[in-house]
Amino acid sequence: MEADALKDELRRQGIVTTTFEELYNWGRQNSVWPLSFGLACCAIEMIATSMARYDIARFGAEVFRPSPRQADLMIVAGTVTKKMAPQVVRLYNQMPEPKYVIAMGACAISGGPFKQGYNVLKGIDRYIPVDVHIPGCPPRPEALLHAIITLQEKIRQQSLTGADRPRHLVAEAPSEFPAPEFGEHDLVPPSNPGVWQPPATQSQ
Amino acid sequence: MPVEDHSYLLIALLLAGAALFALVPLGLSWLWARRFSPLKPGPDKNAIYECGLKASGDAWVQFQSEYYLYAIIFLVFDVETVFLLPFAVSFAGLPAGAFVAMLGFVLLLVEGLAWAWQKGVLTWKPTH
Repeated sequence: MEADALKDELRRQGIVTTTFEELYNWGRQNSVWPLSFGLACCAIEMIATSMARYDIARFGAEVFRPSPRQADLMIVAGTVTKKMAPQVVRLYNQMPEPKYVIAMGACAISGGPFKQGYNVLKGIDRYIPVDVHIPGCPPRPEALLHAIITLQEKIRQQSLTGADRPRHLVAEAPSEFPAPEFGEHDLVPPSNPGVWQPPATQSQ
Repeated sequence: MPVEDHSYLLIALLLAGAALFALVPLGLSWLWARRFSPLKPGPDKNAIYECGLKASGDAWVQFQSEYYLYAIIFLVFDVETVFLLPFAVSFAGLPAGAFVAMLGFVLLLVEGLAWAWQKGVLTWKPTH
């Protein structure tokens, strides 16, 4: 608090001060490179967002990378079928830290209109940690831009040291999440308990 | 100090600048990783294949050597076409010697085709 007040005072006098943490987060939040990766119709909206009319480049996130090795952000844009889920998790695992996930659209959040389908995963957050959820079917490009801004805000507030520092700075925290296998009837395991716990059902 | 006396000095300076340009960011990021961001390798992250699927099989596969025959027969038709067009264009004004030479050339190619045909190469048969 005192440091912030001092910083404000100095800024009023024409002296700009900053910290390592601020610089680091400022750099990261303005160059979030998404993975070039679309699963269904939400990907069309994602493509529209990257084009001239909506222009995701204003947020430094226009560099869609075809390789997970160079990407910071995975936009899960569309229905995740159970056949595709292990590949999605593996792609996430192959991204270098720090990495972020935006679940775009009703399907990626919860299965959406296909939730009752035997072959549809009921939300990608069952296997990988999701940072921002965007509702909508499909969400408009403005919604994706809003998600990017939300993510930037999240990155801006991450601390570099201390107990509440983000996962990628903690040596013990996992960077890979186990990809599910194809079982006899369903994916095995059906969810990663370290990431997602089934909500408690209320018995009547 | 005139530059002409040290014409290689500029190159050396540029070389050092280029090396520093590459090495300083690498060193800084190494220091950053040492101080703040721990390395997190893993089996998926270290995998060579990066499209989400597990790599299957061996990279040392053999390609069918039979395909060379198709390449050769393609050459027969290709070369024939290249020479047949100018031959046809200037056909009326050709002396007898050129005509015979061209005929010999085409016959050679046709002989190659006949040989391939007689060997049964023109019939597509999957070998496995």
